[in-house]
Amino acid sequence: MFNYYLGLAFRSLKRNIVLTALMIAAVGVGIGASMTTLTVFRAMDNDPIPQKSRQLFAVQIENWGPDNKSIVPGDEEHLQPQISYIDAVGLMNAKAAHRQSAMYKTGAALTPANADLLPFQVQIRAAYTDFFPMFQTPFLLGGPWSADDDKNHADVAVITEKLNEKVFGGGNSVGKNINLDNHEFRVVGVLGAWTPTPQFYDLNNDQFGEGAEIYIPFTRAIDGQMQSWGNNNCNNDVGEPGWDGHLRSECVWIQFWAELPTAADVAAYRTFLSNYAADQQRSGRFHWPAHTHIRNVREWLIYQHAVQDEVRILVLVSFSFLLVCLLNAMGLMLAKIMGRAPDIGVRRALGASRRAIFGQCLIEAGVVGLAGGLLGLVLTALGLMGLRSLLSEEVGRLTHFSPADITIAIVLAVLATTLAGLYPTWRAAQVQPAWQLKAQ
Amino acid sequence: MLKMTHLSKAYRTEVVETYALRDFSIHVREGEFVAVTGPSGSGKTTFLTIAGLLEEFSGGEYQLDGANVRGLNDNQRSRLRNEKIGFIFQAFNLIADLNVQDNIDVPLRYRGFNAAERRRRIQEALGRVGLSARSRHYPAELSGGQQQRVAIARALAGSPRLLLADEPTGNLDTQMARGVLDLLEELHRDGATIVMVTHDPELAVRAQREVHIVDGQVVDLAAQPRLVATANANT
Repeated sequence: MFNYYLGLAFRSLKRNIVLTALMIAAVGVGIGASMTTLTVFRAMDNDPIPQKSRQLFAVQIENWGPDNKSIVPGDEEHLQPQISYIDAVGLMNAKAAHRQSAMYKTGAALTPANADLLPFQVQIRAAYTDFFPMFQTPFLLGGPWSADDDKNHADVAVITEKLNEKVFGGGNSVGKNINLDNHEFRVVGVLGAWTPTPQFYDLNNDQFGEGAEIYIPFTRAIDGQMQSWGNNNCNNDVGEPGWDGHLRSECVWIQFWAELPTAADVAAYRTFLSNYAADQQRSGRFHWPAHTHIRNVREWLIYQHAVQDEVRILVLVSFSFLLVCLLNAMGLMLAKIMGRAPDIGVRRALGASRRAIFGQCLIEAGVVGLAGGLLGLVLTALGLMGLRSLLSEEVGRLTHFSPADITIAIVLAVLATTLAGLYPTWRAAQVQPAWQLKAQ
Repeated sequence: MLKMTHLSKAYRTEVVETYALRDFSIHVREGEFVAVTGPSGSGKTTFLTIAGLLEEFSGGEYQLDGANVRGLNDNQRSRLRNEKIGFIFQAFNLIADLNVQDNIDVPLRYRGFNAAERRRRIQEALGRVGLSARSRHYPAELSGGQQQRVAIARALAGSPRLLLADEPTGNLDTQMARGVLDLLEELHRDGATIVMVTHDPELAVRAQREVHIVDGQVVDLAAQPRLVATANANT
């Protein structure tokens, strides 16, 4: 009977083109608006490393004390999203996690060996070797530097495929040198495409950007007195003048991530971290009880408000708009179906049960939903094009419509319209054939 | 075939209760052609809709083809209606969107026949009413008489045990009405059980038996000839 009902649905929709067009337009506009905002939301709310997001933890230590206000809006925990150099070194030396890396964003001027190319600025991430296996970065050539390179503050670098293309013409650059701020660094690896979105490991700046072009050992960057290009927060203690003074200060400017594969590892690391802070208290550095926190990637994104509240509100508003559109479609559907009450009466007289009428009308609602979903897809594509011209380049780049989004749009349209069609359909099934036939 | 015993049908509002049928009894045997007559508002159409399982009744018993229909749920009533009853309406009640063969196809679809069986039955029914050449026409392209013949073909296609006709010639001119009535008589001769509601005494006399309803009750025509005259005067 499904095919029969489908045929009847098309026939019925053709009968009143204007009403049908209005219903499809109502659903299409609602779907278009909600899918446009949902696509932006999904891009911003993406799990950047789904296979490991429950095993990677951002570390926080209260090093400013309870009298200081947190820089995270609404956070009453007095915890900073970054840690000080003192703590970064302390945690790295402890090696309490399966893998761990302190890291920060910096930069330098790169002078290409090719004299035809002018020097240019590059964004650098200073990190430890664990950064690469911990975040599962794909290597096209070579690999990460060694733990010894970290220990020896070696002049080594991992570069991105894009930079390799630009500086080395896409050839094998492993073993070749690059010049950063007049220091030679030996390339040990070339990364393939790797742009976790959002850039969860450092959400301070450019969280939807393409990330660093070069990675060098943290220890080497510190040796080179390479300033942070990210956020530096110093509260009251700005430290003594000079680089060493900065390193000894309580300024927070370093991100710290630990890989903790099991629940037992997580529990053990919490204990370790708490003990570490207690030690700092005992040594007189902290004048308050130990206060630390670790959060996995999902928790970290929520804590850091990676998705702006405005976007969440926009999604809510657009889905409310979809609801209004569906209510309109429901009204039109009700008018259409009740206009066919005499036909429904005849069908009932000829042996159609209430269930049969219900099925027939529900399939008609589904067809409207499908057509509305297709129109919604077109409107979503137009909406995203419009948004790209309004949003920042980084966010705009993310707002593409994936096959999953297309499926969501169609399923949402059909389901929502079918749900909206339940009441008109129920009314259709309640048509009293006797009354309809007597009326004629 | 159709047996109603002390049947009643009441329409209730908060303040008033009106009986459309009261202590209504009728027995139509298999192969009979019965005309049901009566003045407007006497309960003829209510009788027909209850007989056709389109409406519930308030009290009494109703047996259709030996089966007690009281307490059947909507699915059971729909199935029984589809299998055992064919309807012929005064206004034809063809579905305007569907062509002739698709109109006849409607009850066959609900019956669950396969495509070949449905095609065979449609052709046979159309042949019976002499409209084989019009199978692709839409109702609006047919005359009133042709539309009623399509409605009869639709009623016949499912091989029902009982044909219920509600003023089948009410919307037709004399010539077309005669044609439709001839067709009903032919169906009766072939063994069909027909119950026809009509105002028209000329039509009623062509039935085997006439049942007269006044105020929701069957009236003995022989005992109250004046009522017949009154009823006739009202038509």
